[in-house]
Amino acid sequence: MRIKMATTLNRSCNQYLIHLAQDNLDFRLPEIKALLALRGKPFHPRTNFTEKSPFWCLDGLCEEDVRGIMARSVCAKSAFELWGHGQTHSELKTSLLNYPLENMLPFMHKDSTYKINVYTFNKTLEFADRIKRIDALDYLPFEGAVSLKSPEHIFCLLEDYGTDPNNIPEHPNYIYFGRWIADGQRELIRSHSVKNRHFIGNTSMDAGLSFIMANHAKVKENDLVFDPFVGTGSLLVACSQFGAYVCGTDIDFNTIHGKGRSSRKSQKWRGPDENIRANLRQYGTEKMYVDVMVSDASKPVWREAALFDAIITDPPYGIRESTRRTGSHKDISKPHDGIYVDSHVPVSQAYHLSDIFTDLLHSSALHLVMGGRLVYWLPVYRPEYCEEMVPLHPCLRVISNCEQTLSSHTARRLITMEKIKEPEELDSLAHMEDLHLSPYQGHNAFREKYFSGLNKRCGKEEDRPHVNGQ
Amino acid sequence: MKLLTHNMLTSHVKGVTKGYPLLIKATEVKMNEVEFNPQFVSRMIPKLEWSALIQAAEELGHRQDLPGELVPDYEKDEEFLKMVHRVLLEVEVIEGFLQCPESGREFPITRGIPNMLLNEEEA
Repeated sequence: MRIKMATTLNRSCNQYLIHLAQDNLDFRLPEIKALLALRGKPFHPRTNFTEKSPFWCLDGLCEEDVRGIMARSVCAKSAFELWGHGQTHSELKTSLLNYPLENMLPFMHKDSTYKINVYTFNKTLEFADRIKRIDALDYLPFEGAVSLKSPEHIFCLLEDYGTDPNNIPEHPNYIYFGRWIADGQRELIRSHSVKNRHFIGNTSMDAGLSFIMANHAKVKENDLVFDPFVGTGSLLVACSQFGAYVCGTDIDFNTIHGKGRSSRKSQKWRGPDENIRANLRQYGTEKMYVDVMVSDASKPVWREAALFDAIITDPPYGIRESTRRTGSHKDISKPHDGIYVDSHVPVSQAYHLSDIFTDLLHSSALHLVMGGRLVYWLPVYRPEYCEEMVPLHPCLRVISNCEQTLSSHTARRLITMEKIKEPEELDSLAHMEDLHLSPYQGHNAFREKYFSGLNKRCGKEEDRPHVNGQ
Repeated sequence: MKLLTHNMLTSHVKGVTKGYPLLIKATEVKMNEVEFNPQFVSRMIPKLEWSALIQAAEELGHRQDLPGELVPDYEKDEEFLKMVHRVLLEVEVIEGFLQCPESGREFPITRGIPNMLLNEEEA
């Protein structure tokens, strides 16, 4: 009994090693934190935690937590129960020999099968060197049989050679050994690639970033999620994959109905059944489809109630798709020539960026449940960006703000906010006068700068981390 | 359009103060089978305007045995949850229109999708 208790105690004190993909660096920490928060767990990294490193050691978790996180993460590649670590192989050995034997033995007894992988980051090892590394672990009491094809237990020796490909050290900076627990969901990036999706548009969100957004939003099973600028529904696809029921609106009749010109090079017009519902069907989540509607995000169509668990969106910046809303500007009186007769769009006027964000924050404060999250993209002109430019609302707390660099001068930032209180009338007035939005008030001026920035690619690679999740 | 969506929608015609619930004038209604998920239905029930749901189901001739009042302990009442599931997610208005109860403004529903856009003078 006593031994058993000690074992359980030790187990709950285990450290876990998470191996992360080295892209979308900015987005990783908020993703892992959000996934931990979904399980009610805090983020407890080891003392010498480096955010940019591909290896993170986390404390205070149990194996179930780690499995839960890995079942959702698209930033993490794999997770391990950490058995030992050190700056050299002899330090690793000392550390491993200190790891409680009773925690090791259940995975090493003579009836079990196992294999050991060697993984090196920022260096390629010859096959013979890998074997040497494995042989050097002979101080561990492995009694089972090696099975490369279908082992019951997989162990991994991981060597970290730093992150500078131009300065690879001879010996690793750090070494870890652990038992493999689970892989992350990197596979979703490939299986949900926009390239193979039934219905797409010019601004369909990249699959990896869509899943990252759903994770930042803490989307969970049986949630109701809303996208006010739904387009072709990429974000709804991602949210439905995580078990949320989804709905969306868009001002563009043809997009919502899947009509008009195709965004594919090889195809002139959209085919029948190219729509959001068919996209969900393609991935087996049509049962999560609630509705999409033709509607103007600047006009409130929902009754005043906390209806949505998350609002997740990529607002139009007029950069690749025009920004429109219904209105009554006399100077834009030419009727809209819809391709279909019933696609009448009332006179539309430019939807100023500042108004987009004001409306988005205001309606999120109104329609999110308490603790619900708003996740959206904010375009920024990098030379003038400062944190104070991020729109604020008294009912919404900023959780994270991650940059995706697009060129030396332009970027978009993924903003995550959480509802912390119900709006009162004063709140909406107070934030309407908020001056934080001023850079976005001169819509055209912002667009001009943004475009000039896009053309000024100065070609500095380190300024532009991988954009497409691979 | 599913009745879950209808339950959340309101008229936003300028000057209208009682725009909820929207009346449903359907010319085509379809039953579309959706996997029953008691947890989701239980989560949605507190967010619903129950009388509006009953009224909508009645308008479409799909009320069946749905009671006028929410039953207590509905989380445990699978038969009740199945009835709610059916009207919330399986009954779909394919063609017709939604009508603002105050101004009479009609919002067309085509191929199952409501068009909530207003003209310039109505917004």
